[in-house]
Amino acid sequence: MEFQGESNIPAPCQEVWDALLDPEVLKECIDGCQEMTQVSEHQYLAKVRARIGPVRTTFSANIQMVDVVAPTSYTLEVSATGGAAGFGKGSASISLEDHGPETQMHYVVNGVVGGKLAQIGSRLIGGVIDKLTTHFFTKFVERWTLQT
Amino acid sequence: MATETGIGASVRRTEDARFITGTGRYTDDINVPNQTYCVFVRSTHARATIKSIDTSGALSTPGVVAAFVGADLAKDEIGDLPCGWLVKSKDGSDMVAPPHPPIATERVNYVGEPYALVIGETVKAAKDGAEAIVAEFDMQNPVLDVASATQSEQIHESVPSNRSYDWELGDKAATDAAFENAAHVTSLDIVNNRLIPNAIEPRAALGSYDAASETYTLHTTSQNPHLERLVLAAFVNIAPEAKLHVISPDVGGGFGSKIFVYAEETAVIWASAKVGRPVKWTADRVESFLSDAHGRDHVTHAELALSEEGDFLGLRVKTTANMGAYLSTFASSVPTYLYGTLMAGQYKTPAIYVEVQAVFTNTAPVDAYRGAGRPEATYVVERLVETAARELNTDVADLRRRNFIRPEDFPYETPVALTYDTGNYAASLDKALDYADYAGFAARKAQSEAEGKKRGLGFSCYIEACGLAPSQVALSLGAGVGLFESAEVRVDVTGSVTVMTGAHSHGQGHETTFAQLVSDKLGIPFENVSVVHGDTRRSDYGLGTYGSRSIAVGGSAISTATDKIIAKATKIAAHMLETNEDKVSFDDGIFTIPDSNESLSFGEVAFSAYVPGNFPLDELEPGLSEKAFYDPANFTYPAGTHICEVEIDSETGTTSIVSFVAVDDFGNVINPMIVEGQVHGGLAQGIGQALLEHGIYDADGQLVSGSYMDYTMPRADDLPDFVVDTTSTPCTHNPLGVKGCGEAGAIGATAAVMNAITDALGIKELPMPATSETVWRAIQGG
Repeated sequence: MEFQGESNIPAPCQEVWDALLDPEVLKECIDGCQEMTQVSEHQYLAKVRARIGPVRTTFSANIQMVDVVAPTSYTLEVSATGGAAGFGKGSASISLEDHGPETQMHYVVNGVVGGKLAQIGSRLIGGVIDKLTTHFFTKFVERWTLQT
Repeated sequence: MATETGIGASVRRTEDARFITGTGRYTDDINVPNQTYCVFVRSTHARATIKSIDTSGALSTPGVVAAFVGADLAKDEIGDLPCGWLVKSKDGSDMVAPPHPPIATERVNYVGEPYALVIGETVKAAKDGAEAIVAEFDMQNPVLDVASATQSEQIHESVPSNRSYDWELGDKAATDAAFENAAHVTSLDIVNNRLIPNAIEPRAALGSYDAASETYTLHTTSQNPHLERLVLAAFVNIAPEAKLHVISPDVGGGFGSKIFVYAEETAVIWASAKVGRPVKWTADRVESFLSDAHGRDHVTHAELALSEEGDFLGLRVKTTANMGAYLSTFASSVPTYLYGTLMAGQYKTPAIYVEVQAVFTNTAPVDAYRGAGRPEATYVVERLVETAARELNTDVADLRRRNFIRPEDFPYETPVALTYDTGNYAASLDKALDYADYAGFAARKAQSEAEGKKRGLGFSCYIEACGLAPSQVALSLGAGVGLFESAEVRVDVTGSVTVMTGAHSHGQGHETTFAQLVSDKLGIPFENVSVVHGDTRRSDYGLGTYGSRSIAVGGSAISTATDKIIAKATKIAAHMLETNEDKVSFDDGIFTIPDSNESLSFGEVAFSAYVPGNFPLDELEPGLSEKAFYDPANFTYPAGTHICEVEIDSETGTTSIVSFVAVDDFGNVINPMIVEGQVHGGLAQGIGQALLEHGIYDADGQLVSGSYMDYTMPRADDLPDFVVDTTSTPCTHNPLGVKGCGEAGAIGATAAVMNAITDALGIKELPMPATSETVWRAIQGG
């Protein structure tokens, strides 16, 4: 399942890029994120509480940043385990276009699930990823739009 | 004796009172002191190498008693789960069965395969412990497509091309010649969709080890407790059979899925000695979906050759059958000896050639499911015959009638290894045509069309080989066990009777049917007969219930043992009446010397057997208890006609079954009400396959139809008010003239429904299940 979109952010490219690398910002923008720890320059560990249909679980996620081209693009590769609920895997590719005082952000998000999540939540997973994605980028953009 | 409770009477099932009032005694109802609870940790990957499993987190979880992995069982020399039926390939080589450790050791091969177990003081503690197990896997691409499995990456080291066997049956040269001389050839590409059994009671097991007697006791949801004991003793190495007591109490449905010996009961009985406490496991519904053996899942190309006049000349079938990741207990026999042998159907097709290759995929194992092979065979034959009639512009009933094996042809030897003993196929067809108001169909179709709807009629003239036995045939075809049945009829001092059977009831109503049989034969009240089953220490070694074998094989064993009771009781009566036994006749529970007024009741004779005051002990033993092991000469061959009429909403693609007629020849019938109930259940499952049910793995090998949100079971409002009736040509080779009825509905119904839908839509093929979406797309597409 793939979702994509774009947003206009009223901030310069470098500022947006720095925010995208900040674990605190990421934690704030990911719905249900309880912890976000940077373990190396391009690796984060997170705990995210999520509900997929009838399954509620806390995912332990390993987030790896790859194909990093500062300050314009990177891909987040996420692999998450949800205990008895199963597992999730996904990626988010984000690219920034420098428009001086503004930055245009594009994103493409993919995800698959396995185990109980696939068994009883597969029809719902698209909606959940869509919702998480929308939530993330809405919150992210609000960092600037709500200030102005 | 025709009575309200005798043979032929619709006696209400005595077991139903406890089933419908919640007082049945199922495995999960049984609790023993000091009991622990087991939870299995299952693979969420379809194909992966196990890099490491760390159980330390589980062991430090409060309430966890123990945690084990596959290597722990291997250390105790616990054996692999075997497949009990050896099939040979065309070239004479044995089928290839990959190692199947109960708990995965080096790799996992389907989502749901257990790789660890955690035992806790409570289910919750065990679940928490299971959550704390950390396993690392190296994932590989799963093999999922049946048709291309032989060209895919190899799943098992010991199985080249992922192929277990490449089997054939019939005369290839004669069949090819028949096709060369054919005026018309009808061909179809058929996918027989994967089904998931869904017994109402999930599987469960409670294992206990008594160190004092070195005896294991296993309560489990098995359709054949003696086979369970045999496998656990002889192959899995738990203990000698005499030290292993298997009890299969009330069981809530099986449909085949509870024939097999699974990982869970194996691990539970082993672990009970390991932890020194009883261990219980009960599947939740999600586990049932993942780990019960699935059914069907064939990909087939089939062709029927016909003459100008419509005579069937030859049938050619090429099938790839999905075995899943491992060979389950009887998996290999299902697409071969229970499938290829049925390709003659009810017809005199002179040349038949069937090829079946069995392949492995990274999915749950596939094995027998209600009908097992015979629904798939019926689907091939009856879809072909109906399609041929349409292509030739011939009446579908006439074409069948023209090719039927006739009553005077029996015994009839088919070109695919079976000899049908008896039948009258036209009798069932004619009766079904009457019920279905065949003549009025054109008018009903016109009416539907006037309302903007589509209407279609579909037939299925099925046959099945059931009453599974005879041992000689089964053993010569590769079976690893005999297929007779045992019975013991024990007359009590006061003349009541306890019947021990090796058959097993998990919804079939044996306690009623068998009691009717015995009370009728002995002329004693129905209420005075008790039937005991499902306990390896109470009944002799028997083979259990599947393949519609209970009445034909188990009932015949009881009948034979009852005849021995009558013979012995006649001797005792003769002694009491001071005459020769050939002067004593027995009828309706009374021993008499004809043309005299001297008589004795069965009860008086029974009492005397146990109070043998003046028995000539060198000629007459006290007591009145007899056993029989019955092994028939042949299978039984129930057959019949199912006619389905559907109406389809052209706007939504929704199919309504407006009428369904089933006329079945089961030979003699002991309890018509139970038979009708069995037919209803079978029809529901057959219709479920056609319209609703589908086990689906996604591209990663995840079971996405793994709950009732996505796996659609038939409900009452999906089904019409069935018209069910019987015809009868009694079986010629068993003492009761019975054939068996448990699978017929599921065998016949599916083809009838799909023939009706394709008729309504005016198309040749449609994949199952024919959901509203599938039908709507077919309507849109043309």
